[in-house]
Amino acid sequence: MIDTACSLLGCGIDPHVELPQEDYEGPPPRWCPGCGDHGVLAATQRLLHDERLAPERTVFVSGIGCSSRFPHHIRTYGFHGIHGRALPIATGVKLMRPDLAVFAVMGDGDCTSIGAGHWVHAVRYNLDMVALMLDNNIYGLTKNQTSPTTPQGHPSNTQPRGSWLPALNPLSVTLGITNASFVAQTADWVPGHVYATLQAAFRHPGFAFVRILQRCPKWTPGVFRAPAQQMALTEILVHEDGVVEPEVEQYYKTHVAHDPSDLDHARHLAEESDKVRIGLFYKNAANARYEETRRVPVHTAEDKIRLLEAEFDRHAV
Amino acid sequence: MPTHVSAPTGPAEAGHDTGRIPLHGLVELAEHTLEVVSDAGEGAQKCGQGFGALSARMGNGSWTVEIIPAEIQPPPRTPGSASGVRIRIGTREVTNWGDAAGLVIAFNEQVLLSRHRLDALADDAVILLEKRWGESDDPAVLAEWKAALEELSSKPYRIVLVPLEEQTLTVVDNPLHGKNMFALGVLCRIYDRDLDRAREQILRQFKKKSRDVQQANVRLLELGASWAKENLDFQIRVPPGPEKGPMVVMNGNEAVGMGAIASGMELCAMYPITPATSVSHYLGDVFERFGGIVHQAEDEIAAAGVAVGASFAGKVAFTVTSGPGLALKTEFLGLAVMTETPLVVVDVQRGGPSTGLPTKVEQADLLAVLFGQPGDAPKVVLAPATIEECFHCMITARRLAEALRAVVVVLTDANLATGVTPFPRPVPQPDWQATAPDGAPVAQGGKPYQWDPETGLSTRFVPGQPGGMFTATGLCHDEKSAVTYAPHVHQKGCTMRSRKLAALQSTLQPPDVVGPDSGDLLVVGWGSTKGAIEEACERARAEGLSVSSTHLTFLSPLQPGLRAIFERFRRVMTVEINYSDRVGDPFITSENRRMGQLAWLLRAQLLVDVDCWTRVMGEPLRPGQILAGIRAKFGKGADS
Repeated sequence: MIDTACSLLGCGIDPHVELPQEDYEGPPPRWCPGCGDHGVLAATQRLLHDERLAPERTVFVSGIGCSSRFPHHIRTYGFHGIHGRALPIATGVKLMRPDLAVFAVMGDGDCTSIGAGHWVHAVRYNLDMVALMLDNNIYGLTKNQTSPTTPQGHPSNTQPRGSWLPALNPLSVTLGITNASFVAQTADWVPGHVYATLQAAFRHPGFAFVRILQRCPKWTPGVFRAPAQQMALTEILVHEDGVVEPEVEQYYKTHVAHDPSDLDHARHLAEESDKVRIGLFYKNAANARYEETRRVPVHTAEDKIRLLEAEFDRHAV
Repeated sequence: MPTHVSAPTGPAEAGHDTGRIPLHGLVELAEHTLEVVSDAGEGAQKCGQGFGALSARMGNGSWTVEIIPAEIQPPPRTPGSASGVRIRIGTREVTNWGDAAGLVIAFNEQVLLSRHRLDALADDAVILLEKRWGESDDPAVLAEWKAALEELSSKPYRIVLVPLEEQTLTVVDNPLHGKNMFALGVLCRIYDRDLDRAREQILRQFKKKSRDVQQANVRLLELGASWAKENLDFQIRVPPGPEKGPMVVMNGNEAVGMGAIASGMELCAMYPITPATSVSHYLGDVFERFGGIVHQAEDEIAAAGVAVGASFAGKVAFTVTSGPGLALKTEFLGLAVMTETPLVVVDVQRGGPSTGLPTKVEQADLLAVLFGQPGDAPKVVLAPATIEECFHCMITARRLAEALRAVVVVLTDANLATGVTPFPRPVPQPDWQATAPDGAPVAQGGKPYQWDPETGLSTRFVPGQPGGMFTATGLCHDEKSAVTYAPHVHQKGCTMRSRKLAALQSTLQPPDVVGPDSGDLLVVGWGSTKGAIEEACERARAEGLSVSSTHLTFLSPLQPGLRAIFERFRRVMTVEINYSDRVGDPFITSENRRMGQLAWLLRAQLLVDVDCWTRVMGEPLRPGQILAGIRAKFGKGADS
């Protein structure tokens, strides 16, 4: 029988696991060359290896879209669900099996549009899991339709004269949700930072929301061109409690000092949406985790029968 | 002394359904139907439920059903504010709410009017009516009273005025907290209930209240009983049936919740929706003690998703909903079918489409459940016919979901959800319960969809099992769960998922036929209508009509042997609470007639010319109504 309690080391972690990184790799992805998803996948596979995650005790859940093919390329358990609904599935997995390491992988359409309601509530539930939102500012798989994060004025097949509305700001939304526990942003063109962010997210006890700015060479090649090409335009949030990656901080010289326990400052930084800022915006490990508050006793079948007989007594004629 | 405001009706005789009440003395009846109605918040439901439970404890069959206003606190003294309970008690088991009530206690004339207008009262019903409104100083109230009594005079009811409030005020200051217990006392006297048991019951009902409140309610019970003894000239005795062994009493939603517990399921993900929500009220109260969680999700879709995710990772989970919620869950049900993730869905049906009749019964989700998903999405569909079956169905559903890696939908309805009846106390078995996934390693080469080519069955891999890692996907996939759009792969996947239903059908039994196994007419039903259908058919046979009935528990797959049964009858007709056109209405012909949902299904599946008789009145079918429909098929009398 499976012990559904999480080890002290962390869910899914098995110190005896010593698998080569290749053992975490599933069949190779078929994303476009130059797609930002490749780098995020590689960083994730490295994380699983470095953190000694047992593949059988790790679950990747995704929605629908380019990035939601993620679980197919990782050798753990996976659930490639339906559009916008990665978070409810991941919630069910974690509620039923707190012992598992759970990752939810979504695109911007998944998370901020069709599944936006789940996003708000998953943040509030604060289950211990990592939620990755790979944000390329466009619907890719369905071939170039405007998403909520598409920059205003950017043309697409559904809004050929440019997106009508200002882009939704996923960071400020997440930071506005009651019980937010971990909110970070990283960018696929800074691989070391992606890895360090994933690691911080995984090690955080609670719902870790990571928005990954992700280039789509096919439909939105321009949206992240400037910050990806000019290092000074990618600002790094620095703090000893934040995402710490000295090498990145050495090359990317625009630093913003930010204490991730300072929610007001986090919101202020996130609101300035003309800046590309990566790092840990907010962290609060003290918030109650839903799988802990909902923990229930484990009973044998015989226990349950005894309790059920008492229940029948209550309804006896 | 009570004031008789209508002329006494003719001589008493024991009628089949309501049982006529004599003017004097004690009458013994095999069964009787009564109602308690008040404004919302005046406690008629507590009175009626208490009376039903007391009758069950005294060995009667009983069925109580709530009369629910649409609003929480509708304006008082309006027909729309009627809140209460109908109770049908019998010597035999009572399986449905009956026809018209033979006795009613009404807390004002307006709520009484609503029952009158709904034809809920027998022509010769005895009405015990609160008298104070007829003595009101308010001319508007007095005018309403007079108009109401004028309207009621169209039927030969026997109206007895009762000083409900006046008497109650001799015990408590606030009549709102007491009239109902006085009324219970009146009923106890009329129906010759054991007052000691009634006292016990009140103490049980008010166990969370102070001793003063308990004592006041007991005094009101006694006062009501003694008032009735002094002022009413009749009594009704419905003798208890033979000793039945240990019984439990509950409503269908509690039975669903208890069945879920007994099945070993440990996660119920839901979103509030009438009339399903009370399953979660019940489970919310007790489930944690059993190691279970009720997760109230942010919406219906998420509730389905959480259940799917939980099932994927461990023991089968379930979700509880009603029509509009079912519609929202559609895509997730398709995903569960495609990924062969076991899932139990309880749909407590209500009137539709859209928001429809939230608190009222209908059986109109059958085809939506069967065909609601895009693509082919075979699933198991079960319909409990009784409150007892609501309990046992959940155990079957859990087991089938797991054994078949399938979605199992349990179709109950508002009639079962709110009906309360005693049934034999279940004896829980350890093997009813789901076992936890064992975490055993998967053998080298094991595939997550290693379909048995005969049955389509395969072994589920659960996270925690080394070597079993796979990615479940809603995309077309092969036995390894690898995504592929190769032509034969989709054909095979669909075949295997469908084959599971045929394999299940091969293990099922044909349904029983109640009545002669051949004849002129076979009535086919499903779900909560069973009791009313069987009663109607029994009465039809007593009139010399050649009618039998059969009732389907499995709607998908259908039970085997149906065609052979149908061929033994000249005509086959479903009786259902969903919409069908009536031949003879404008434009309606036998070719374009839209049929009842089971009729539609049976015609398509069996190529039998199945007729249907259906009603969508927002209430359970009455046996007398079905009987009229049956008679009409024989050319005897007008349809109801």
